[in-house]
Amino acid sequence: MTNHWIDYQHSDVIMAIGVNTAENHPMSMRWIERARAKGARLISVDPRLTRTAAVADIWLPLRPGTDIALLGGLINYALENDLFHREYVVHYTNASYILRADYAFSDGVFSGLEGGKYNTQSWQYELDDEGRPLQDPTLQHPRCVFQVLKKHYSRYDRDTVCKITGCNPADFDKVAATYCATGKPGKAGNILYAMGITQSTHGTQNVRAIAILQLLLGNIGIPGGGVNAQRGEANVQGSTDMAMLFHLLPGYLNMPQAKDHATLADYLAKETPASGYWSNKPKFFISLLKAWWGDAATADNEYCYHWLPKLDGRNRSHMAIFDAMQQGEIRGMFVWGQNPAVGGPNAEYERKALEKLDWMVAVDIFETETASFWRRPGVNPTDIKTEVFLLPAAASYEKEGTVSNSGRWIQWRYQAVAPPGQAKSDLWIADKLYKAIRAAYQQDGVFPDPIVNLHWNYGGEGEEEPDIEQVALEINGYDADGRPLRDFTLLRDDGATACGCWIYSGYYNDLEDPPAKRRIREEQGIGTNPDWAFAWPLNRRILYNRCSSDPRGKPWNSQVPLIWWEDGQWRMNDVPDFGWKDILPEQSAKAPFIMLPELQARLFSPTVADGPLPEHYEPVESPVKNLLSSQQHNPVVTFLPCLGKLAVTDEYPYIGTTYRVSEHWQSGIMTRNSPWLAELAPEMFVEISTRLADSLGIANGDKVVVTTPRGQIQAVAYVTRRLKPLAVNGQMVEIVGMPWHWGYRGLFPGDSANVLTPHVGDPNTSIPEYKAFLCNIRRA
Amino acid sequence: MANIVLIDTRKCMACRGCQVACKDWNQLPAGVTKFRGTYTNPLTLQPHTWTHLVFTETDQGRWLFAKYACMHCTDAACVEVCPLGAVRRLKNGTVWHDADKCAGCGLCVEQCPFNVPRINKFTRVMGKCTGCAERTMNGLQPACVATCPSGALEYGERKELLAKARARVEELQEQGFDQACLYGETEMGGLGRVYILTRPPAEYGLPENPQPAASAWFWRAAKGPLRKLASLTLVSGAMFSLLRWRAERIQGKRGDQKAV
Repeated sequence: MTNHWIDYQHSDVIMAIGVNTAENHPMSMRWIERARAKGARLISVDPRLTRTAAVADIWLPLRPGTDIALLGGLINYALENDLFHREYVVHYTNASYILRADYAFSDGVFSGLEGGKYNTQSWQYELDDEGRPLQDPTLQHPRCVFQVLKKHYSRYDRDTVCKITGCNPADFDKVAATYCATGKPGKAGNILYAMGITQSTHGTQNVRAIAILQLLLGNIGIPGGGVNAQRGEANVQGSTDMAMLFHLLPGYLNMPQAKDHATLADYLAKETPASGYWSNKPKFFISLLKAWWGDAATADNEYCYHWLPKLDGRNRSHMAIFDAMQQGEIRGMFVWGQNPAVGGPNAEYERKALEKLDWMVAVDIFETETASFWRRPGVNPTDIKTEVFLLPAAASYEKEGTVSNSGRWIQWRYQAVAPPGQAKSDLWIADKLYKAIRAAYQQDGVFPDPIVNLHWNYGGEGEEEPDIEQVALEINGYDADGRPLRDFTLLRDDGATACGCWIYSGYYNDLEDPPAKRRIREEQGIGTNPDWAFAWPLNRRILYNRCSSDPRGKPWNSQVPLIWWEDGQWRMNDVPDFGWKDILPEQSAKAPFIMLPELQARLFSPTVADGPLPEHYEPVESPVKNLLSSQQHNPVVTFLPCLGKLAVTDEYPYIGTTYRVSEHWQSGIMTRNSPWLAELAPEMFVEISTRLADSLGIANGDKVVVTTPRGQIQAVAYVTRRLKPLAVNGQMVEIVGMPWHWGYRGLFPGDSANVLTPHVGDPNTSIPEYKAFLCNIRRA
Repeated sequence: MANIVLIDTRKCMACRGCQVACKDWNQLPAGVTKFRGTYTNPLTLQPHTWTHLVFTETDQGRWLFAKYACMHCTDAACVEVCPLGAVRRLKNGTVWHDADKCAGCGLCVEQCPFNVPRINKFTRVMGKCTGCAERTMNGLQPACVATCPSGALEYGERKELLAKARARVEELQEQGFDQACLYGETEMGGLGRVYILTRPPAEYGLPENPQPAASAWFWRAAKGPLRKLASLTLVSGAMFSLLRWRAERIQGKRGDQKAV
């Protein structure tokens, strides 16, 4: 998130959309309650009356998958009613930039659509003779971003939005008036989101729509504001930062492509922008190669660039891996702290794909459904040839290391107890594995160089636990003498520094007193707690914090000043996210978004795969036609070959949506094995409205069967008034809500909701569309 | 000086951290439950479930949350009637239950207007919230309060918290919760668990005017002589057996307890 948990206390209005913050992030409510004690309001946008909606000041039910329609409606409301923060928009965003004359949008499609992909050429800025974008600070030019944005969202009028989303117009007005009031200078609006926003075939654009609304209202870079992604696992922020994604290297460096990046020079030339902080990318990238291959990496051998695997242009995301597996392209697999047999979309398909493997290694604290796919209900183990190894892993309290929370705070955790039995820490397992693989390659093997030359110096002789502080030092970065680097501003592109993840640099820069281990509560201040752990980057607690003050450096809200100009100097409660040393406020105001080449925020973004502005499309499986254009779903959606038949409304008339409950965690393998938690939520259930239950003769507590073309599951029906049918363009649409925590293992097994979900994904990220699909339901 | 737990239902988001923390601190076993068409689980308090969160869907489409456990009444009927002195009121207001002294006779079960005490069928011992007296007497908060993330539970001195609670009710009324009220200020001589409610108590399943059962007067009157009797070692064994016999009869008759 741009801000952090404690900072919620400064919000005037908090809108939780696509996130069930009370249930899935209960600690957030501590800070939300602090804000409410000062008069803040909480809005919950959710199809169900969740525990968040129950405690919220306003609940706005909306149809799953229609977030852009709603957010577009709010953007339009702010613009039409002149509630946006004009000075902020003019100075800190690209609102004034003039677009090329050939940019066009018609009937749901942007210019440049060619063969299922967009050519983004026409989405660029009009340039002057020196190659700089033309601007109109009056925001009047018909082709300036502001006017294009205004025109685009003028179609999202209240009536259209309510017809699409199923929102009640009066409720929409209430939310719009309450939230858009934060466009007033000095007011802070905070948008919380999670998987309800991202797990969609237009998930990236959902997030973009949030960012646009926040920029228009001047809510980014200020205390109590922000675009705040609440991560669903304790350390999923850390795993993203460390690139547990196929298209990234640690620190959000793009993975090299074989076609475009034949040499290191090609990669650096094509990946490094001319302006903005990313112009330092060669320093980050070469330091990463040095961290991995140490002395073997030299200028002469392009720092071992050729030892790095390259992408072949194919999608290698979660769904695509299972597709390739099904096709027999993958022979072996490590499943490390993951449970796709429950958590993956079209789960039964993914379980079947596992049968194609020669071997599988599962590393987990319990035997997961994935680890035991070969003896799942309905299969004969003797028919499955896969050799499966189960390595017992240490749980979080049984090992040492860091956890990075949603606010980017990297916090050290100590080992509380020894792991039971043969269980080992992930580091121990990785270390032993590597050493065995290296030994094998030292004997023989194809292309042994990248393996045998890896810089691996973490100790761990014999049965010993490797030295995790050595790993921490490598991630932090060190100089030619092995001394920790203060931070990433010291990184070099000549091989003199090594750094395993540039954005983390500084978190472990003092071996005696590493910032990640610091635990000093702030005594006075605004809750940034700079001496409690370390927030990447550079211990910065609120990103884009130049925007917390006006162009002259005066804080928009003097009650909560973050970084401001006073008596001829900068004063600060946070680490500045802009060039400030010897730089006057008016000058720094021109460059508040240093990670972008424009140095100003993008209301209009020329780099997103599915359009420069978010546009409403229906989920791939939807019971209604798109009311805004004849383009039914995202024109560049990621379809996987294995998708199979899509559901049609004749057979599958209801919207299915999946979610989590407080009592269980993810695929449930930890919590369903914890009797105290399983006692609270023992069985798989589905939530349906009283109206739907009446029409199908289902009573509360009945056993029901839910079906989609992918499969069927059994569950207990929870007939509830908390889920209401929505009037969508005059048609009543019913929703079947289901948690996805159950599987066939553990103390409290049950059917998995993901047996029902489809293999379709967002074109930017390939995240599956778990949140809106079609299904049917009947009594068992 | 009496302490109370203040329960601000407006701040409770029903995460059920309190329910789990109670089991954790007191090392109470989990039961095997079913999903019964409500998030409330178990449906009632049990000998091994001393607190639970009750989810109530109202006809107006509201979803109300309230944590239930022993109310630690000032005029606690269970204390009055317990013939063995197994239930007593500590100085800090906790209604403490001494399992070693309990015969599971069930008199407290009959008298409690909140239907809190539960008799364990196998051990024949009553189980209920102990107020975490072993924690509170040593400067800690009760386990449920310590774990509450949103600040819905607060432990402290009765007078201070009541003043805070009254102000909070006024604040809620100003915010539009015109039926916001306090519960537990005067009931049963003042409860050790005071609720800030946004709706009338009945919507949460709280009794409007809780009273001990009509037979309480008899047990109150009989308590003196019975205690004296019990102190005579010769007859105490016989008395214990008598109360056990009574417990079995009650168990057979009452079956599953009604939800609070």
